[in-house]
Amino acid sequence: MFGLNWDLIWRNREEFLWGLVLGLQMALIGLAIGCVIGLLVAFARTSRHRWLSAPAAAYVEFVRNLPLLLILFFLYFGVPMWANSALPRDVADLLILDGENTVIAGLAIYGGAYLAEIFRAGILSVGRAFVEAGRSLGLSGVQIARYVTLPIMFRTVLPSLGNTFISLFKDTSLAMAIAVPELTFVTRKFVTDTFQFIQAWTVAAVLYIVTAYAIAAVLRFLERRIRWAV
Amino acid sequence: MTDTGHASTVGEATAPNAPPMVRIRDVHKRFGALEVLKGIDLDVRQGEVVCIIGASGSGKTTLLRCINFLEPYDSGRIYVDGELVGYHERGGRLVPAREKEIARVRAETAMVFQQFNLFPHMTALNNVAFGPIKVRGVAKDAARERARELLARVGLSDKADAYPAQLSGGQQQRVAIARALAMEPKVMLFDEVTSALDPELVGEVLAVMEDLAASHGVTMIVVTHEMMFAREAADRVVFMDGGVIVEAGPPDEVLGAPRSDRLRAFLRRFTTSRGS
Repeated sequence: MFGLNWDLIWRNREEFLWGLVLGLQMALIGLAIGCVIGLLVAFARTSRHRWLSAPAAAYVEFVRNLPLLLILFFLYFGVPMWANSALPRDVADLLILDGENTVIAGLAIYGGAYLAEIFRAGILSVGRAFVEAGRSLGLSGVQIARYVTLPIMFRTVLPSLGNTFISLFKDTSLAMAIAVPELTFVTRKFVTDTFQFIQAWTVAAVLYIVTAYAIAAVLRFLERRIRWAV
Repeated sequence: MTDTGHASTVGEATAPNAPPMVRIRDVHKRFGALEVLKGIDLDVRQGEVVCIIGASGSGKTTLLRCINFLEPYDSGRIYVDGELVGYHERGGRLVPAREKEIARVRAETAMVFQQFNLFPHMTALNNVAFGPIKVRGVAKDAARERARELLARVGLSDKADAYPAQLSGGQQQRVAIARALAMEPKVMLFDEVTSALDPELVGEVLAVMEDLAASHGVTMIVVTHEMMFAREAADRVVFMDGGVIVEAGPPDEVLGAPRSDRLRAFLRRFTTSRGS
């Protein structure tokens, strides 16, 4: 194809695929934790109590305005240095993460801030009407959040969740900066060894596109399966 | 309680022995500079149907919302079945009640809203069964069975599995009435429940409410613009204007022989604009 030799890539296909799988794995775990962080922060930020809303707002503004790469560097290089000098051995060990876990933690913290803003907008979009209906039945605040606000909010934010998921999945490529062998790292290594720039980056691009498209398709499927409308 | 108290006057219940189900004493409420309720006194007996009429801005919806504390009142007292709503009284002062206690009183005063406010993510059946399951701790099967009965009572047996968005406004409002009934509340509050409906759908909702009113099992406080409904279903009609109760009494008297100029003006406007 294009007069290029694709044999070499084909023989190394497993490396590329495992790189993709590793990236997906980190993205999924990081996003799952990020969703939990995002939900808690969103509810905290919309709380009437300032001792809840103020730290939540600070977290979002602080993290959202940092590049993910910087967060990864900080977690990977900064935290261990500080932990080793300032904390007891066993506590420090907990905070010193390997490359993959650093990426997962970074995505969770970074994605959490973005998801918190999405969820917050969703919570605010859930009309007072439904909350009042819950109150008038005698539901507690926590019950209203769990059974009324959360499901209605989720329905509203599902389309924008797709964007964030895809964006954060692609951000796993930053993991190459701390030598985690995901797809971008594998590709660059292959290029350095073989000088087959076009073949290698084309394959990486196709794999990213197909996967991102699949993530979008899954979310669209979920959207279609919901029969109710707000 | 067979006779429905045709001798009652402003703020007084007629059955002298039974304590009123709802007792409202000198209730004030202000939104910023605007005083919406300027000292309301009203008693509603168990099983009584009271219709509150009045122009928009007269405070009638606010009063209703104060009864189940969706709106906190500033002073005065509201008791439902003897229990002070939203506050504790300590040395003559109102101290806010805890969330849990407020929720408990709210469960006894079910509200039906102008815009239905059904939970959009639940089927009609689950909308009705939800409160009893989560608030009353009723077993799921029992709550669903009861919900089916209530949906049948409002004529919606075949819509149990439909989501609110798949129902007409009139159907949604009937589900909302069933949802309120499912809580077996001591008082049902209706907040202009037909105002958001297309004219051809008003009848089906009023029919359900007339049926409820005729059963006399449920204490109902109904804020409404439907004068025909007030005339036929109410035991007592209360006319509010400018944050006070101006007239109250049996529908024949209040609607048929209004004493105050304000009520006469209101009713005249009504006849000309609505033709009822």
